[in-house]
Amino acid sequence: MEAQDFKSDQYVRFCPGCGDHAICMSLQKAMAQIGIAPHNIAVISGIGCSSRMPHYLNAYGFNTIHGRGGAVATGVKTSHPELTVWQMSGDGDCLAIGGNHFIHEIRRNVDLNVCMFNNRIYGLTKGQYSPTSPKGFVSKSSPFGTVERPFIPAELVLGARGTFFARTLDVDMPTTVDCLVAAQQHKGCSIVECLVNCVIFNNGTHAWIADREQRAEHSIVLKHGEKMIFGKDKDKGLAVEIDPQTFVPRIIIVAADDPRVLTHDAHQQDPTLHRLLALMGQNRIERVNTEDVTDELPIALGVIRNVEAETYDEAVNRQIADVRAKAKAKTFDELTATLEQW
Amino acid sequence: MRKNVVVRFCGDSGDGMQLTGNLFAQLGAELGHEISTLPDFPAEIRAPQGTLGGVSGFQVELGAEVYTPGDKADVIVAMNAAALKVCTLGSHFNHPQAHFDEDFSLYHRHAVVIVDTDALGEKDLEKAQYHTDNPFTELGIPESVQIVPVALTTLTKEALKDSGLDNKSMLKSRNMFALGLVCWLFDQPMDKAIHLLEDKFKKKPALVAPNTKVMVDGYNYGQNLALSVNQIRLESCPQPSQECKGAYTSIAGNKATAWGLIAAAEKAGKRLFLGSYPITPATDILHELAARKDMNVMAVQAEDEIAGVCTAVGAAFAGDLACTSTSGPGLSLKSEAIGLAVMAELPLVVIDVQRGGPSTGLPTKTEQTDLMQAIYGRNGECPAVVLAASSSANCFDFAYEACKIALENMTPVILLTDTYLANGTALWRIPKLAELPEIKPQSVPEELKGKYNPALRDERGVRYWAFPGMEGYQHRNIGLERDAERGTISTNPENHEQMVLARKRKVEQVADQIPELKVIEAKGGKAAAKDVLLVGWGSTEGHLHAAANELGCDLAQFNYIHPLPKNTREVLSQYKRIIVCELNTGQFAAYLRSQLPGLPIEQYNEVQGQPFAVERIVHFVKSSVG
Repeated sequence: MEAQDFKSDQYVRFCPGCGDHAICMSLQKAMAQIGIAPHNIAVISGIGCSSRMPHYLNAYGFNTIHGRGGAVATGVKTSHPELTVWQMSGDGDCLAIGGNHFIHEIRRNVDLNVCMFNNRIYGLTKGQYSPTSPKGFVSKSSPFGTVERPFIPAELVLGARGTFFARTLDVDMPTTVDCLVAAQQHKGCSIVECLVNCVIFNNGTHAWIADREQRAEHSIVLKHGEKMIFGKDKDKGLAVEIDPQTFVPRIIIVAADDPRVLTHDAHQQDPTLHRLLALMGQNRIERVNTEDVTDELPIALGVIRNVEAETYDEAVNRQIADVRAKAKAKTFDELTATLEQW
Repeated sequence: MRKNVVVRFCGDSGDGMQLTGNLFAQLGAELGHEISTLPDFPAEIRAPQGTLGGVSGFQVELGAEVYTPGDKADVIVAMNAAALKVCTLGSHFNHPQAHFDEDFSLYHRHAVVIVDTDALGEKDLEKAQYHTDNPFTELGIPESVQIVPVALTTLTKEALKDSGLDNKSMLKSRNMFALGLVCWLFDQPMDKAIHLLEDKFKKKPALVAPNTKVMVDGYNYGQNLALSVNQIRLESCPQPSQECKGAYTSIAGNKATAWGLIAAAEKAGKRLFLGSYPITPATDILHELAARKDMNVMAVQAEDEIAGVCTAVGAAFAGDLACTSTSGPGLSLKSEAIGLAVMAELPLVVIDVQRGGPSTGLPTKTEQTDLMQAIYGRNGECPAVVLAASSSANCFDFAYEACKIALENMTPVILLTDTYLANGTALWRIPKLAELPEIKPQSVPEELKGKYNPALRDERGVRYWAFPGMEGYQHRNIGLERDAERGTISTNPENHEQMVLARKRKVEQVADQIPELKVIEAKGGKAAAKDVLLVGWGSTEGHLHAAANELGCDLAQFNYIHPLPKNTREVLSQYKRIIVCELNTGQFAAYLRSQLPGLPIEQYNEVQGQPFAVERIVHFVKSSVG
């Protein structure tokens, strides 16, 4: 199948220059690569710019209400595990109004592929700060700067016992396609944080990695089984160091040929290292004022965590099948026959 | 010989009054009596022992022509001092000077009151806030009431002295002594009671022997009492008419509701999906459906009320029979998602087991205060079908009907029941699936393959249903307004109005599928009957039927609320006085006035968290002049 097969007949109405265009194309490419027929795919969304995505994909789509895409998607997948179910959501839809559904779909490990578009702003309501806006962020609803600490989505995912977390950037389409394909191949709740630019209300929010030159220095694309090497000259590597006093582990930058350079193991059940990797570079974006930040760690892109665990939809359907296999009464008339009656 | 009798078991919330009452009711039903029960318990799971706030009651009426659990009891079993006080003073139990009074006491002037004398000690009286050491005098219980003092605790311990049970376990069987005694009082055969007990404890066989022993001892104790107390004999029931013949059982409203959904799913050939969140008094529906995996039910206990309805909307989008169960506060939380199902035109069954409100209100009490919320409580022009069950047993029929209407008309249907129906039990004639009406879920014609969109409708104005997995019908459904022809997002002004009306008409045309309103005619068909019509909806049917019988007037009880039966005006306009009786401040009356302006509608309302008392309705109608 071709990417073309997954394009709907709808005119794409994202703003010109919006990062969502790139994710949309990456999704169509990824779906073609995955090769599941459009009629067996359901794309569920809430409300927000990103939640318009189902309209542009040739599949079954449902553009629901704000924040509830996760719960609707859980219903679709649980009732029909044979379907491939995607959820399109944003930082407000997923982490503010839909926060409860988000952590619970992750906790239950419902087999969904969730694209969480993080532009760190409410775009469709025209520019209010979101749960991922840096502290001090000035917006229409925070004219003097926010005083709130933001969420780091990866931390939330791991805190909810997430089995899959990937991070990608709108302009890095090859990595996006890789992440989306891996999300589909992973059985369980796969969260892909898509860093996208809002050209109207938060332009340049990811500028420090969006530029090609800068990206090589400020980011690393993690690949399972590959050494963690980055930099435009591929001269830097990542290693772990444990503070001898506090026993707190931290990631450090070493030379690319240093024997301590880590090899990425996305399948490691223990999330400790995944968390350290996912948090790299976040101190540069969690507040507006970063003058005192000296940390040079790159932000991690690619599939950071990818482990196996039983999925909710499979487990609950298996339980029903097991009970039915042993049950004496399987129909309504058989059920009523078991009643005490006269 | 009595035609019917009302018994109330009353004790601490840990005394097993609900179990005792249920067993007695079921025994009565098996012996061929009609039954109606009213569990009445506090919101606290275990209030401090022996206190007034911890009193749990269970009332049952049995006999022939039973419409309600009865206004007042003929027989009271009071397991402690607090229970005696609550039964005697009713809602006035907190008033320091209150005495027995036929206006608010829970039993009659000639009632039999069985009381555990072991639970009337100094400490017990203090906990129940008595001021003297003689509870009977203090409560002003008249001499016409026959007090039967029984040392229940001592006698139970005596019965179990060789059982090897510890003191605490022995005391747990006190309720069985009381049950045995009441069985003797009504001359109920012990063998059937023992059989019931065995069935009840079949998962805990160790409990069968001690409980049976205590119950039989209670019965035998009654025989020794015979000189001082008269047994009460109930008339046996008339033989059921031909159409009522069949197998019967006793069933609680919540269970009947759950089973109605199960039957509908099987009949419709759909998988039953329930998304729900625990809430009193609806939780038993979730319990029952979570246990019915043998019936292929998918029950999801969601993370909140909103997720409960949203998972159901997802399952409906995917082609299942989708339901959510809740109570008033939950219905508030679900309203946006019900609006989504209205907009997306998906079948969805919402069960609201109403309780006292607003906010957390009276979680364990009954009320009919969610009517307006069910009809109107959503943003925008947001019509949904609203039904109401009117007995614990017909919760089954209306749950089934709700599914049928939802699946055939691509609309949310809200079914209103309430605490009274949900927890109360009634006799249920067990139907066979084949007898139940056909359900033909909306589908999509083959010729629309490749041309389908979610705005396409049939001649009734009901949109076609295609869902994921069907090749060639891919589409995008939305909570946004859609174009009436193409089904895509539209903000066009004329289109919006057209769609608002299309959704309205779709719900209104359901009136073509529902039965006409039939009045329940006055007993004996008195000539004067056309003067007064009692009108009710939902769970008040039993009380209003009994009141109408007493008044010799007709009753119109509504199960179909929105849309109303087509002949409603025609029926109502035949009467000089139309008295709408409901457990709220007049929601259905207001709705009728808005739907059928010009009718002479009067109101009788109570909002006390309790079912109606028949005598109060009768008194109101007699004393008010139209």
